[in-house]
Amino acid sequence: MSTRLPRKDVVIVGLGWTGSIMAYELAKAGLDVVAIERGPWRDTASDYNIATAPDELRYAVRQDIFLRPAQDTQTARNNMSQTALPIRKYGSYLPGNGVGGAGVHWNGHTWRFFPTDFNLRTHYTQKYGAGIIPEDCTVQDWPVSYDELEPHYDFFEKVCGISGKAGNIRGTIQPGGNPFEGWRSDEYPTKPLKPNLGQTMFHKAATELGLHPFPLPSANISEAYTNPYGVRLAPCTYCGFCEWFGCANYSKSSPQTCVLPVLMRQTNFEARTLCEVMKVNTTPDGKMATGVTYVDSAGREWEQPADMVLLCAYAIFNVRLLMLSNIGTQYDPVNNTGTLGRNYAYQTNAGSVGWYGKDVNFNPFAGAGSLGMMADDFNGDNFDHTGLGFIGGANIACNTTGGRPISNRPVPPGTPRWGSAWKKATVDNYGHSQGVGTQGSSMSYRDVYLDLDPTYKDRLGRPLMRMTFDFKENDLKMSRYVVDQTARIARAMGANQVTTTYKQAGWSVVPYQTTHNTGGAVMSSTPQDGVVNRYTQHWDVPNLFVSGACLFPQNAGYNPTGTVGALAYWALDAIKNQYLKNPGQPMVQA
Amino acid sequence: MRGAILATALTVAALAAGPVRAEPDNYTESERGRYLTILGDCMACHIGPDGQSLAGGHLLETPFGKISVPNITPDDETGIGRWTADDFDQAMRHGVRPDGTHLYPAFPYTSFTKMSRADNDAIFAYLRTRPAVEHRVDRDTLPFPFNIRLLMAGWNWLNFTPGEFQPDPQRSAEYNRGAYLVEGPAHCGLCHTPRNLIGGDQTSAHLEGGALQGWFAPNITADKRLGIGDWSEAEIIAYLRTGHTERSAASGPMAEVVAYSTSQMTEADLKAIAVYLRERGGAGSAAPAPVPAEDSRMRAGAAIYDDTCAACHVGDGSGATGMFPRLANNQLILQDDPTGILRVVLQGSQSVATPQAPTAPSMPSFSWRLTDQQVADVATFIRNSWGNAAPAVSAEQVRKMRELTAERPD
Amino acid sequence: MSVFSRRQLLSATALVAFSSSALARNFSGRLPWRPNEAYPPSVVRPGGWYFLTADEVATLDAIVSRLIPGDDLSPSGKDAGCTVFIDRQLAGPYGTYEWLYMQGPFSSKPLPTQGIQSPLVPQQQYRQGLAALAAYCRQNFGGKTFEQLAPEEQDKLLQGMEKGEVQLPGLAAPNLTTTMLFNLLLQNTMEGFFADPIYGGNKDMCGWRMIGFPGVRYDFRDVLNNPGKPYTKPPVSIMGRPDWNGAPT
Repeated sequence: MSTRLPRKDVVIVGLGWTGSIMAYELAKAGLDVVAIERGPWRDTASDYNIATAPDELRYAVRQDIFLRPAQDTQTARNNMSQTALPIRKYGSYLPGNGVGGAGVHWNGHTWRFFPTDFNLRTHYTQKYGAGIIPEDCTVQDWPVSYDELEPHYDFFEKVCGISGKAGNIRGTIQPGGNPFEGWRSDEYPTKPLKPNLGQTMFHKAATELGLHPFPLPSANISEAYTNPYGVRLAPCTYCGFCEWFGCANYSKSSPQTCVLPVLMRQTNFEARTLCEVMKVNTTPDGKMATGVTYVDSAGREWEQPADMVLLCAYAIFNVRLLMLSNIGTQYDPVNNTGTLGRNYAYQTNAGSVGWYGKDVNFNPFAGAGSLGMMADDFNGDNFDHTGLGFIGGANIACNTTGGRPISNRPVPPGTPRWGSAWKKATVDNYGHSQGVGTQGSSMSYRDVYLDLDPTYKDRLGRPLMRMTFDFKENDLKMSRYVVDQTARIARAMGANQVTTTYKQAGWSVVPYQTTHNTGGAVMSSTPQDGVVNRYTQHWDVPNLFVSGACLFPQNAGYNPTGTVGALAYWALDAIKNQYLKNPGQPMVQA
Repeated sequence: MRGAILATALTVAALAAGPVRAEPDNYTESERGRYLTILGDCMACHIGPDGQSLAGGHLLETPFGKISVPNITPDDETGIGRWTADDFDQAMRHGVRPDGTHLYPAFPYTSFTKMSRADNDAIFAYLRTRPAVEHRVDRDTLPFPFNIRLLMAGWNWLNFTPGEFQPDPQRSAEYNRGAYLVEGPAHCGLCHTPRNLIGGDQTSAHLEGGALQGWFAPNITADKRLGIGDWSEAEIIAYLRTGHTERSAASGPMAEVVAYSTSQMTEADLKAIAVYLRERGGAGSAAPAPVPAEDSRMRAGAAIYDDTCAACHVGDGSGATGMFPRLANNQLILQDDPTGILRVVLQGSQSVATPQAPTAPSMPSFSWRLTDQQVADVATFIRNSWGNAAPAVSAEQVRKMRELTAERPD
Repeated sequence: MSVFSRRQLLSATALVAFSSSALARNFSGRLPWRPNEAYPPSVVRPGGWYFLTADEVATLDAIVSRLIPGDDLSPSGKDAGCTVFIDRQLAGPYGTYEWLYMQGPFSSKPLPTQGIQSPLVPQQQYRQGLAALAAYCRQNFGGKTFEQLAPEEQDKLLQGMEKGEVQLPGLAAPNLTTTMLFNLLLQNTMEGFFADPIYGGNKDMCGWRMIGFPGVRYDFRDVLNNPGKPYTKPPVSIMGRPDWNGAPT
């Protein structure tokens, strides 16, 4: 039996990036807001003490900062003929947990998708003919355009204080920036991070090869900065403990460093931690959400009634919560019916490593999550796809994120994994190799999807989510094409030897790849193509809104957070200026 | 002389009539009273368990024991609902309750005596506009012999000079306004002036810094080395307004002063305070010779600083404006008494959040990481680098501070 | 009523906003903060064994010293504390996979792409695996234990385990194969050699010194101001470095 609590205007599920932004903006607009978070409170000085934060074993290896699979995990399989088994230990991706969510442990790559990413199917079809899109590929246009999102990209970047160099300000190409990017209304809020040796060598080599290198837009910020909320951040010190770690010196944009200080001053906001939402409650006809039911850390069940419900958990958990709440229709790949769980996508990453002599000191430990030099010449549709046999692309990056030695001791292929020869090779190569990677788009396909597992349950007895995913030929072909470019660049950088790894089919849950799980509750122009409308409002339940990368119809050759942030502000704009004037009504007629 | 005034005060109290309930209907008076409660930082001590009202109740640490803070909401039974404006004025300016018993000078009537009757009437009028909160506070928490309130008569004779603020005609109006604020309602000296053995002001060392509640309120005279003599008017105003400047971040008890009081003062009043503090002068004691860099304590401290502190406060002690205080020429860490720096290093500290500077960056706690000697050495290093000079810190001083700060609120 | 300073009261009010009903943790009104709040790992001190038996310790000492032999580049795995590290890890939450999803059913035919699918937790894998290794050595080396073998014999055996050419008796898929055991040993040994010394291995930061990893310094602005130069500062661990006590590195 659950105990019913006093009603709130808004209940938010998950207090990460989108949850904290939504909470602050709506509380500031005068609404009574509660956020329910299944992890603990997290604070910079207490949880990421400068002497405990840089602990590779604890955070990166034993995964102390991530969601515990014992609390919630997924089952995984590569195709519908396999039996999905639980991901007993997270590996390929690492969901965050607690206040701040994955915004605590992210690297901070903060991108805007290309304008053509938002009308992908139309763009490729018009330019190359319908035949270029594979038959089983279910990519679709977004129901929102780049131009519509631009002001919201801009504001999210300002809230974060992103460090970078603009390449296109209102159509004028800027030297030193990314000439391929969509137009920007403004320069980045802070100047780029300083390059380490790898970035300098990449910049030179890429320029000589006729490419267009530019610094990676970084949420590890280069200088002290005060954001539009009045919250201040400090300069990054290149500590090399960014990805998978909390930042100890307020220099990585996160809910903690950008939003929570002002959010917590709102007396009409409260956060409840260590509480897991069981389901979104609806009226008997299923047409309106009435709030959520959640379980606290003592196992007691509570009902929080609210006029609006905002799902702001990590992408796959928003999708699962909709499934567990019986809201929307589960996607069925066989009959091609339903929308919930459809168009799941990931990211296609691979690259090359260059091996250098002992006189070339990359000092890999002196890095930052987003310390990188990029080239977008082979991303999106920035290159002619005629005859290539694939759609999509990948960005090319020369990053220095850290040299943490349990996981990061590269040795040339063929080196033994232990013993004297291993030792010597480790000493000879640590700090003397440099990767050039790619991060590629991931298209959506008819038989790649999310649903509830028929066998495995979570600690509360609810079915785990089942993930059916593999890398498809279009994306593998794309990746091979761009990875070959990385080898070319690595050689031009002067490496003695270059080794290249291609992405292979047969996705494995074991090695870390990326925590960019997208789709499953996609935004769409019609209720037939997705779960929410262009304002992220649920097609069937108008007082229910969904945030995060689960909205993406397919994934681009970029990290998702910049777009996730822009979509949050885009949705807020619609909620504040349209929805609240006419609450409970759909903003788009189906 | 003192005795005579005291006697008069007591007589006035005795003559005061029964409760006269004047419902406040004068907006300007109660609004002026509201601002005076900000100037007087009433909230910092009288805040109730609800975190909003002035219902009092928590225990204030003094060298003589814990003093419980009374409920000053207009509740008849547990607050000051039955008080008259005369009663209130007596308490404020003479430290005497309606029943004639004495208040302890943890309540700064020694400063409030400089306020006018009109000021106190305004405060009283404002307090009457607030909801009555029923919250009974045990008023007798001090141990013997300090629980004998009559003793305060003698204390007052020694330590208390009643009398309204008198402006200095030789000085500007701004200076006089600042003097009134600092010495009157804002009662800065309660913390920033050292106490004598029985808890009275050491008047010879007025505003030269004092220990309280396990913190050290630094020198705020115009002494260039230890006080605010090196601070510009703009820096003082920014500090009081936002709690943050390039070299300083308000934390500890001063965080509450900024949050509840100075951040809400008018710009003119902050400027007046700055003018007064800068113009009233300071002792200007000579700097000690810095501990030499080759001293083994300095070498150890340099290593600890480089590995633990520099990622925020920077190798040259320059910090990051508005986030991490500058340590070079930072008066807070240069006080002879190292309480402030030791406390912050050991237990960490959250700086104040204000509307203008809401970030509230926090210093992490290092009590678990550093030994007493290591804390002493890094403090000695910080106090004697980049042009700083202050007495070395001993492991014994750290040990005592560690004992004090081991106390947890939970 | 508890005794607290004004400051502590301020922090506390943030935590007790929802007064009566226990709704887990509730935060409102201000950023919570408490003095002395930090979550350091507890410091591992050598001495005694928390999980491993004396025989297992002897075998592991030999194994970790073949995986990481002592030479002029570094001390051996044993001297670096890798066995102590493994013992303390096995005795802690890692030893029982406390935080992993360990609900059944466990598949008899998991795919390699599906990761860990064995019901055996590390404690069980070590106990069963080292017993199997002991049995194998007894049978194939005239009653000797692993640690009694010549280093060359030990290397050869470990290589066989790594490649799956040696099958230790009683170990089988899907729960624990000889190769799985070898990979676990190698993974944990390397963790011990390169993790912060606070966990019992990487003694005197020998693993970090070997490759030039500077540890938990948290500030490399000096490198970025001068990229490409060899880095010369000594490493720092969570509990510091010798210079902190006035002793040279």
